[in-house]
Amino acid sequence: MKKLQSLIIGIILIIVVLLLGVRQLEKSTGMAGAQVLNIYNWGDYIDPELLKKFEEESGYKVNYDTFDSNEAMFTKIRQGGTAYDISIPSEYMIQKMIDEKLVLPLDHAKIKGLENIDARFLNLSFDPENSYSIPYFWGTLGIAYNDKFISADKMTSWDDLWRPELKDNIMLIDGAREIIGLGLNSLGYSLNSKNMEELDEAVTKLRKMTPNVKAIVADEIKMYMANEESAVAVTFSGEAADMMAENEHIHYVIPKEGSNLWFDNIVIPKTAKNVDGAYEFINFMLRPENAAQNAEYIGYSTPNKKALDILPKEITEDEQFYPTDELMSHLEVYEDLGKEYLGIYNDLFLELKMYRK
Amino acid sequence: MTKIRRLYAIPYMFWLVLFVIAPVLMIVYQSFFDMNGQFSLINYQSYFASGKYLTMTLNSVWYAFLITVITLLISYPTAYFLTKLKHKDLWLLLIILPTWVNLLLKAYAFIGIFGINGSINSFLTFTGIGPQQILFTDFSFLVVATYIELPFMIMPIYNALEEMNPSLISASRDLGANSFETFRRVVFPLSLNGVKSGVQAVFIPSLSLFMLTRLIGGNRVITLGTAIEQHFLVTQNWGMGSTIGVVLIIAMFVVMILTGEKKKGGKK
Amino acid sequence: MKKFPWSRLYLALVFVLLYAPIFYLIFYSFNDGGTMNSFTGFTWDNYTAVFEDSRLLIIVLNTFMLAFLSALAATAIGTFGAMAIYYTKQRSTRNTLLSLNNILLVSPDVIIGASFLIFFTMIGSLFRNFSLGFMSVLLSHIAFSIPIVVLMVLPKLHEMNDSMVDAARDLGANNFQVVKNIILPFLSPGIIAGYFMAFTYSLDDFAVTFFVTGNGFSTLSVEIYSRARQGISLEINALSTLVFLFSMILVVGYYFISKENVSRRVRKNRKKREVTDLQ
Repeated sequence: MKKLQSLIIGIILIIVVLLLGVRQLEKSTGMAGAQVLNIYNWGDYIDPELLKKFEEESGYKVNYDTFDSNEAMFTKIRQGGTAYDISIPSEYMIQKMIDEKLVLPLDHAKIKGLENIDARFLNLSFDPENSYSIPYFWGTLGIAYNDKFISADKMTSWDDLWRPELKDNIMLIDGAREIIGLGLNSLGYSLNSKNMEELDEAVTKLRKMTPNVKAIVADEIKMYMANEESAVAVTFSGEAADMMAENEHIHYVIPKEGSNLWFDNIVIPKTAKNVDGAYEFINFMLRPENAAQNAEYIGYSTPNKKALDILPKEITEDEQFYPTDELMSHLEVYEDLGKEYLGIYNDLFLELKMYRK
Repeated sequence: MTKIRRLYAIPYMFWLVLFVIAPVLMIVYQSFFDMNGQFSLINYQSYFASGKYLTMTLNSVWYAFLITVITLLISYPTAYFLTKLKHKDLWLLLIILPTWVNLLLKAYAFIGIFGINGSINSFLTFTGIGPQQILFTDFSFLVVATYIELPFMIMPIYNALEEMNPSLISASRDLGANSFETFRRVVFPLSLNGVKSGVQAVFIPSLSLFMLTRLIGGNRVITLGTAIEQHFLVTQNWGMGSTIGVVLIIAMFVVMILTGEKKKGGKK
Repeated sequence: MKKFPWSRLYLALVFVLLYAPIFYLIFYSFNDGGTMNSFTGFTWDNYTAVFEDSRLLIIVLNTFMLAFLSALAATAIGTFGAMAIYYTKQRSTRNTLLSLNNILLVSPDVIIGASFLIFFTMIGSLFRNFSLGFMSVLLSHIAFSIPIVVLMVLPKLHEMNDSMVDAARDLGANNFQVVKNIILPFLSPGIIAGYFMAFTYSLDDFAVTFFVTGNGFSTLSVEIYSRARQGISLEINALSTLVFLFSMILVVGYYFISKENVSRRVRKNRKKREVTDLQ
């Protein structure tokens, strides 16, 4: 009993010490008392220096909460109980949030700097007239390959994934829309197809690819490719950028038939409490110098064309991340498929995953 | 005694109602609704009629079974030898310590260790055997899953063995039994409670592993956990997700009945 | 001939297996290159980054405070719950209670997280001031840790010799004394084991915490998983190494202190007995 008692006392002491520690830290960073801006974003998706700069300029204290997937974020915001002022979801999720009235319409009179954004990235199907969102980063879905195992001329089209020499040597990103989408694209169909015949055709074709598939993974795909675990990977441009930074043999290509163009945009959730602060943040991020700083830190493609002027040429002239207009014309943005077809896509993908072995 | 006992039990009962019974009722309730919010049995139909979910269930059960068996085989001797050491409490704590490091980080470490250019393959190349594909195989998946579950099996078995009266072993020896017989007839049966706790704490959660199936297994095997993640998050089909949840809960009840308290009859 | 200590060899292998990934992480925390792909050079940069990242430090402290506190509450409730189950007269009721107890252990984290989220938002709509944050996370952690505490304590209750309790009763002990002086001490190993398991569950949890948190309260797990998309920086390796070393020191230190206390007490008692014997 003595032992238990002393343990319990010890534990309570530790708890008190930790509590005091937290209080102390919060005070030292000037966090107590100021008005708060709650940002809900992907982990490590903004330069921490920029957050500090914003706090100094605006006087707000920033609470930075993170999520690891659009769906998880959506579930959290829809349930309520949270008060996020800013969130940065991906385009298809924004469309869904608009449909479910989870985001506030933007008052463009309060926004300064929207003209800095490249017009190609405004007024897109998921948010016409940008009534609800402002572009933050964008990218593409494509193929990353390691030149030690396969040469560039062999990797130009989605069909190249079916090459027999790639047996057990490609990795796919774990996303139903991405994979079924590439199947559709390789047949010349739209990746927003709701046509069951087209879908069945795509799945039948994808089944033939499965002997080549080594693994279906998510974010860790960067690590695998950098470690040369696989010759080829279907992945996003952002992930490819990280892979290429680690391993100079890796290159990224957008297949010529077309692919997905993705966006992460800033929205103001319906549950926001500090709407003024939200607008200040949006305007802050629209400034070219801040967008450029963020782009350099994150490594993704910025939609801010004034920022491009500031960024070094080797970044902005890299066609892997800033593709030609011609290629851009083949890229499609995901549209929300609606619950039923989303379910169908995912079920088909689940079956595809189980088909391999 | 009864009155005081009721008093002690109140917080627990409170928890049981609020955090166990209420959510379970909600899950069961939800499983009867389809994607559009209509009352329907379609989820159960999809589950039992399609080969897909039954295959998934079989996969999950099989792998959970393998993981449990391997964990048990490794844990039992570990717990047993631990009890013989001096400073055994310390060693036990040192066994638990690695579990406090984040799971994702440990998985990443294993990716580095098992990778085609990783530590093990470097060693194999050095000894002339040549690199092997370790990641994305059943082997690596089972190793990592076992790794994660080991402390949860070692703990209860160790506790059970610790509490055993050493004079029972001496008595068995006196009566002429050798080490093996002593183990089989005295030690093991007395530690069975610990083994059961360990099995319950390992088998059941292993059924819904999904992170490891992706990180180490590369989604070569699809378990129920994968499907649940998909339904709850991606397709927002909480009805179907809840159905699988119900199946898991029923499976748990079955396991409990099989390994639960038996009638305390006269000993053989 | 001395018998070859196969047991030692076996244990050594087990420890190597257990600690291999940990050492891997620690090794790379000193890496100059940004990732764990290849070791390019030695640096302390990742460690200095930890101490400059006050947001991360707050998250770490919160995580541990949460773990210590939730495990404490869970252990208390779970221990008494185990006793309640053990003393239930009917076997069928006992088995039912036990099965109910294990439901949270068997449920996937996502389902628990989603259910608790619904529960807390319902409470939030009833009580104006309640919103997701530290409280909801604490309650959730206590909730999912209680089952494992019960599982650790119950076997010890079965081991317990009921005649001890009867003997104490005969000697005049009341209920409180019986629990405090007989039952709880006997259960200590199970209670402590339960505490450690609960502590582990709390530290490790991601899905449930993610679903029920808000208002800027975050734990290390949530932060790490959220960084996966961008790549987990070696700052996290450095942090984990520090935490690991600190835990190791705490554990070893606690152990040797308690050993010393025991031997000192035993020596004191022995002296006392010797003195009284002489008289």
